[in-house]
Amino acid sequence: MNNFKVLVNGIIKENPTFVLLLGMCPTLGTTSSAINGMSMGLATMCVLILSNLIIASIKKLIPDAVRIPSYIVVIASLVTVLQMVIKAYAPDIDKSLGLFIPLIVVNCIILGRAESFAAKNGPIASIFDGIGIGIGFTIALTCLGAVRELLGTGAIFGITLWGENYGMLMFVLAPGAFLALGYLIVLFNKITKKA
Amino acid sequence: MDYVLSLILIIIVAIFVNNVVLAQFLGICPFLGVSKKVDTASGMGMAVTAVLVVATIVTYLLQVYVLNAFGLEYLQTIAFILVIAALVQMIEIILKKTMPALYQALGVFLPLITTNCCILGVAILVIQKDYDLLEGIVYALSTGIGFLLAMVLFAGLREQLDLLDVPKAFRGVPIALVTAGLLAMAFMGFSGVDGGLKILFGL
Repeated sequence: MNNFKVLVNGIIKENPTFVLLLGMCPTLGTTSSAINGMSMGLATMCVLILSNLIIASIKKLIPDAVRIPSYIVVIASLVTVLQMVIKAYAPDIDKSLGLFIPLIVVNCIILGRAESFAAKNGPIASIFDGIGIGIGFTIALTCLGAVRELLGTGAIFGITLWGENYGMLMFVLAPGAFLALGYLIVLFNKITKKA
Repeated sequence: MDYVLSLILIIIVAIFVNNVVLAQFLGICPFLGVSKKVDTASGMGMAVTAVLVVATIVTYLLQVYVLNAFGLEYLQTIAFILVIAALVQMIEIILKKTMPALYQALGVFLPLITTNCCILGVAILVIQKDYDLLEGIVYALSTGIGFLLAMVLFAGLREQLDLLDVPKAFRGVPIALVTAGLLAMAFMGFSGVDGGLKILFGL
């Protein structure tokens, strides 16, 4: 039951995008379509779960003074592995996410969870935290990608709802990312009754 | 001559057309985090610019003389992030000893720069775009200037925003994001300029 709470906490109460406002670069940079946003979210989730698990397991072996560099090495190794896997099995995703795959290393969500959760809790709880935060991040990115794709091209996940002629191309381009995320956060605030 | 013109093209494209924050979405965290006052924003911008140039030189040499030379290209991400983290620490120590005034001004921002994705991003982009060392340095410097420009403009806007009566749900980050969207829209006016300049320069 406790692990379930940790899971839900990551999705709603500590949603990394809408509440903690972490990892903004990939959030804005990779959500030109719903499928791109989702693949970025899932890629980050993989790294997050594994890094949480590894860091929670080896935290007693790491001296306190060098913990941040050690975390970064763990995360960077995981990202390198992921980069190779994506390049080998999903070259399309590699092409559309491009630079943002290696940049998962500097995603503050991963280091943030390592420091604030995995360093204090056991491996099992840390896995659930990784899954929760990962799902929260993936949902946020998929929503943002879907909104931008729908407004920009009139399609969701590549399925055309209304023609491209009625789309506002601006939402697929850079300004749309900022605007759409801004309004989504407002909506999230309204729904969770914080405002 | 062509080489000089191509360098000028790199500068203009990096500052205006492909602005690091507003078009490429690198370095959003400091862009949103430390842009409430113009002074702190420009301090952060300058610190990032300095680190960008030094980090690009070091990572470029690392890539060419170590990673490429020994066939270790797959270690790029790990090697770069470690070098950048060490470099930022070193710059901090050197500044503290030699230029205490500058250290005082930048002090708070320096440790934050390690996790600024535009440093690692630019280091990787320089390798991906097959720049030589000079082009890489020019690209890093102009990217830094582009970052500084976006930071200062945005901080100026946000200082004005503080005086307005913003709806409650919009307060804080949402209104900042909408403002950034409008700023990005203004910068969209530069898109296509690079193609025109290319023809003008005859490249």
